[in-house]
Amino acid sequence: MSEKTYLEALNLAIDEEMQRDPGVMIFGEDVGGVKGGVFGVTKGLAEKFGDERVFNTPLGESEIAGLATGLGLMGHHAIAEFQFADYILPAINQILSEATKMRYRTAGDWTAPIVMRAPYGGGVRGGFYHSQSTEKIFAGQPGLRVVTPSTVYDAKGMLKTAIRSEDPVLFYEHKKLYRSIKADISDADYTVPIDKANILQSGDDVTVIAYGMMLQYVLKATEELKDDISIEVVDLRSLYPLDKATIIEATKKTGKVLLVTEDPKEGSIMNNVSAVIAENALFDLDAPVQILAGPDSPSMPYAKDLEDAFLVNPEQVKAAIKDLAEF
Amino acid sequence: MSEIIIKMPPLGESVTEATVSQWLVKPGDKVKKYDPILEAISDKVVTEIPSSDDGVISELLVKENDVVSIGADILKMNTDEKAPVSNESSGPKESPVVSAPSGARFSPAVLKIAGEKNIDLSQVTGSGKGGRITRKDVLNFTPSATVTATVEPKAVQTAPVVQSQIQPVSSSDNDVVVKASPVRKIIAQNMLKSVQEIPQAWTMIEVDVTGLVKLRNSLKDDFKKQNGFSLSYFPFFVKAVSAALIHNPKMNSSWQNDEIIQHKDINISIAVATEDALFVPVIQHADRLSIIGIAAEVSRLAQGVRNNSLVKADNEGGTITVNNTGSFGSVESMGIINYPQAAILQVETIRKELSVLDDDKFGIRNKVNLCLTIDHRILDGLAAGRFLNEVKANLESIDMNTNIY
Repeated sequence: MSEKTYLEALNLAIDEEMQRDPGVMIFGEDVGGVKGGVFGVTKGLAEKFGDERVFNTPLGESEIAGLATGLGLMGHHAIAEFQFADYILPAINQILSEATKMRYRTAGDWTAPIVMRAPYGGGVRGGFYHSQSTEKIFAGQPGLRVVTPSTVYDAKGMLKTAIRSEDPVLFYEHKKLYRSIKADISDADYTVPIDKANILQSGDDVTVIAYGMMLQYVLKATEELKDDISIEVVDLRSLYPLDKATIIEATKKTGKVLLVTEDPKEGSIMNNVSAVIAENALFDLDAPVQILAGPDSPSMPYAKDLEDAFLVNPEQVKAAIKDLAEF
Repeated sequence: MSEIIIKMPPLGESVTEATVSQWLVKPGDKVKKYDPILEAISDKVVTEIPSSDDGVISELLVKENDVVSIGADILKMNTDEKAPVSNESSGPKESPVVSAPSGARFSPAVLKIAGEKNIDLSQVTGSGKGGRITRKDVLNFTPSATVTATVEPKAVQTAPVVQSQIQPVSSSDNDVVVKASPVRKIIAQNMLKSVQEIPQAWTMIEVDVTGLVKLRNSLKDDFKKQNGFSLSYFPFFVKAVSAALIHNPKMNSSWQNDEIIQHKDINISIAVATEDALFVPVIQHADRLSIIGIAAEVSRLAQGVRNNSLVKADNEGGTITVNNTGSFGSVESMGIINYPQAAILQVETIRKELSVLDDDKFGIRNKVNLCLTIDHRILDGLAAGRFLNEVKANLESIDMNTNIY
């Protein structure tokens, strides 16, 4: 066991997988050299594994995704880094039209076993172009997995599973969590499934489902409310496809579900979760499904007060849980 | 923080519940004492419920369309801004746990578990907001042996035999399903109550109103100019009925618990229809009013119904109903008594008729049918006939010398 941050856990996962599989390569803007990525996720890897396996690319996201797909076809478990999830938009065609459909359109002859990492989310004063949650854009494309770890343990275990996957995985990392959460994690070569939601805490009053920074807020609220309200906490982990069985089971346990996302509500991942509940668990509901979400506003502002106003905060999460418990 | 609970206030004699028509405030709103907070409907009357204090609304405890008992908690308000210390000792705090009001809505989970465990939800105390029964309340509910024993046979007994023969009406795609509005539901309840409780008998009399028609036609143009509203025939009928009631007090009564209450006041309910509802505002003390006074009151009440400006008092205290069915061309009709009154009189269309006159000559006369429905517990044919004949005499005595002022 050793204490790691979320970011260190990710670095460790890449390190271990590069040692295990000489075909694993990682590249992106500022990923190589001594810089090791704009956040430092790949720090030290170029020195350790050489410039041919850890390298910089031009500022062209379409090319980064295309390169990853091509390497994937060659049999490499390639890892592409998008510097920010906001920058992924020019790569959509490569991701959705090429990598995602590869196995299907070649009847299984070819695959793109790649990971595309994307730091997302707000709360770091990143302003318009460094705070967005773009995961919803990709949620709904069979052939592609969209996942995100929300704990230090999962950061390492899920990234390792994603790298070993034979299908393309969009791996979202909440940038606010990079250095704000730490935990003692196993030094062993463990993996965590990327297709299963995780019940972090068991309870029977209210079920709360979240991911990313919002999950940390949920855990904080759960701790503060533990004497009064018994809360079932679900870490969604797989944003697409959803782990419907766990969502339905957790809903049936309490009949009261709160979904929390920092994204604006309509069109968010949580709207999909809500639909799963409505379709499968109506007769187990004891209250309308509640979604606590960001405002319907185009992007996260830079000014601190405005960013604070934009983001769902721990107090709101706590109030929403209490409100639902009382319903 | 000092929080008070506002309850549904009494809305008049014999009113036991009201439907929440519309909230006029929401949590967070600041209100002053007497500010309207809620629109409630009871017995077709729309009433604005005022706030009983200054403060900030913290929670609405009932939903729109809920049926709420008089005295039930409807709203929580924070009166912090002026909270006097002395208030602390003003009595025990309201218990947050209240039993579910009738007409409560249940969540799918509650209904499912109650069904599986065969629980009568009226026995369960709700711990949720506004006394809502939660899933946990049902899960944790253990019915006592006596309760189940009494509940089950009751359920069997109350199921009417005919129910097994009634097929639900299947609705096809072409059908339009309209949810009954709160007002419509109250109308339905009152109509049903009237026909289920009152044995209603019906009779009709024909009246010669040639004199009335002449008088009214001679007055109507000037009247409209002077008063701004039309002089219809209806006020003459209301006047004739009010005058007849003075001598026939039995007609102006109600049956209540094996007693017949004869009302001293003569307050005439008149039926006013809107597109989707029927209202019965009241002309108070109609016997004390002149014909023009009645005409003004009819005009005011009809306007009031249409623009929803009537107050509670306008709808209270009716002792008999006069219904102007003639206005939509009816020549005979059987009214349903406006519960708990003893009679309803339908004034039908005035029509021209070739008649045999007293001197055996023919003449063209204006005739009208008056149709009377009576509560046969209180009234018999004799009393009804006596009353109708007096109304008839009053109407037939109208001529060009009759004073409308």
